[in-house]
Amino acid sequence: MNLDLIFRHASDLLRGVWTTLWLTGSSLAIGLALATLCAVILTERIPVLDWLVRAFVYVFRGTPLLVQLYLVYYGLSQFPEIRRSFLWPWLREPWFCALLVFSLNTAAYTAEILRGAISNLRRGELEAAVAYGMSPVTRLRRITLPAAFRQALPQYSNEVVFMLHGSAIASVITIQDILGVGRTINARYYVTYEGFVSAAVLYLAVTFVVVAIFRRLEKRLMRHLAPVAAPR
Amino acid sequence: MRHAPLTAFAALLAFAAPAAAADLRICVEGAYPPFSEISPSGDLIGFDIDMARALCDEMGKSCDLVQTDWDGIIESLNTKKCDAIIASMSITPARMEVVDFTNKYYHTPGAFVAEKGAGLEGTPEGLAGKRVGVQRGTIHDDYMVGEFPKANLVRYGTQEEATADLAVGRLDAVAADKATLDLGFLRSADGEAFEFFGGDQAVPKYHGPGAGVAIRKGDEELKQAFNAAILALRADDRYRTINEKYFPYDVYGAEEGEGGSTAAPAEEPAAEKEAAPAQ
Repeated sequence: MNLDLIFRHASDLLRGVWTTLWLTGSSLAIGLALATLCAVILTERIPVLDWLVRAFVYVFRGTPLLVQLYLVYYGLSQFPEIRRSFLWPWLREPWFCALLVFSLNTAAYTAEILRGAISNLRRGELEAAVAYGMSPVTRLRRITLPAAFRQALPQYSNEVVFMLHGSAIASVITIQDILGVGRTINARYYVTYEGFVSAAVLYLAVTFVVVAIFRRLEKRLMRHLAPVAAPR
Repeated sequence: MRHAPLTAFAALLAFAAPAAAADLRICVEGAYPPFSEISPSGDLIGFDIDMARALCDEMGKSCDLVQTDWDGIIESLNTKKCDAIIASMSITPARMEVVDFTNKYYHTPGAFVAEKGAGLEGTPEGLAGKRVGVQRGTIHDDYMVGEFPKANLVRYGTQEEATADLAVGRLDAVAADKATLDLGFLRSADGEAFEFFGGDQAVPKYHGPGAGVAIRKGDEELKQAFNAAILALRADDRYRTINEKYFPYDVYGAEEGEGGSTAAPAEEPAAEKEAAPAQ
């Protein structure tokens, strides 16, 4: 292990951390918004749309993330029609391809998580909302979604960690994320461990922070479910 | 058939066991046309592949070719997953710190390609801010980092990915070996709209004296055997036959001991002869 090499490239590695963070963060934000929409469509059984969402979820959960990324980055660019279209200025950028694929991928998984959470909600809460005369939209906004998000949190934190680690494949389409910088270090200095070990340590550190944030969030949001001290 | 399960298990073991050990295992790459690539039928083909087979033949050894990614190919050698690398690996001082090299078995200069009429110049200023693709961990990668710091360098795992992205317009230029760009790209259907610019790139500090067979440090016997085999192929028709299968010019370059001048491909568009190597 050549630590000197790692420290010499510390600024590159930190830039890699930043790339991984914004790429994962933006994908998760877009994905969550999309997933919420999809989950509502699925649980409300909106005709046609719910069929489309089902197909979308099936395709994106049914194929590996790497294949999806290759298809969008190398596959779409093979069509001259696409290269001449208004989409090309976006699709020619590696970061856009990664953002697009990661957002859709996490949206598919998160939609399923949210759908499960919604279907597990306690009937009584929803019936109370109906009894109060809330419109379906108000019910969704005030009761269903907040309760579903709360319930989905532990599972969603898993999805966030998976996405963070999944984002490492962005390095195969030239993006200098954490792993991308690690690979470059390995290749330029003919070493194996320096690049991968620094990448592993950085992913570990980021994961640690993510997990800690979710643990705090869970504690706060689940306060009402925590066991209270037994009466004496 | 009381022993059927046992027989089946034995058969499985036999399948899992390494095939009858060859004398030598040779790491080759497979995404670097026309030096090495995978044919549509899945076979390894190319100049490096033929050269590896011919060298083994000449040494009287049986060889297994092990297809290995360029990333980590040196590590594969040093962890004994193979005994030699024949993958167009240029002999450079940095690599000589971790492996030994035989004499060169070919030597071609570096070069740039871009779209025809792009009007790019192969100078540090001319490529400033341009997206230039290279294969990660090659001499061209080092050359760009060292001499073209203002270029926007984009690194790929394989040479084929870099030229594929140039072809669709994601890159402004690609820096690579001249022969692979010429035969592997410009003369293929994908490369029709592209051309060399900036002349031959041959700065000894980066480009070195040519591509050699890499072997583990201190493997002196194997090194001598390869050196003798390279000379033997060169002495009769075998080198020329392989060479002509892939290239319309001799890729060996100057004969050993003639000095370090690079191969000047015989029939090249006049445009690239003009410029001296950019430095």
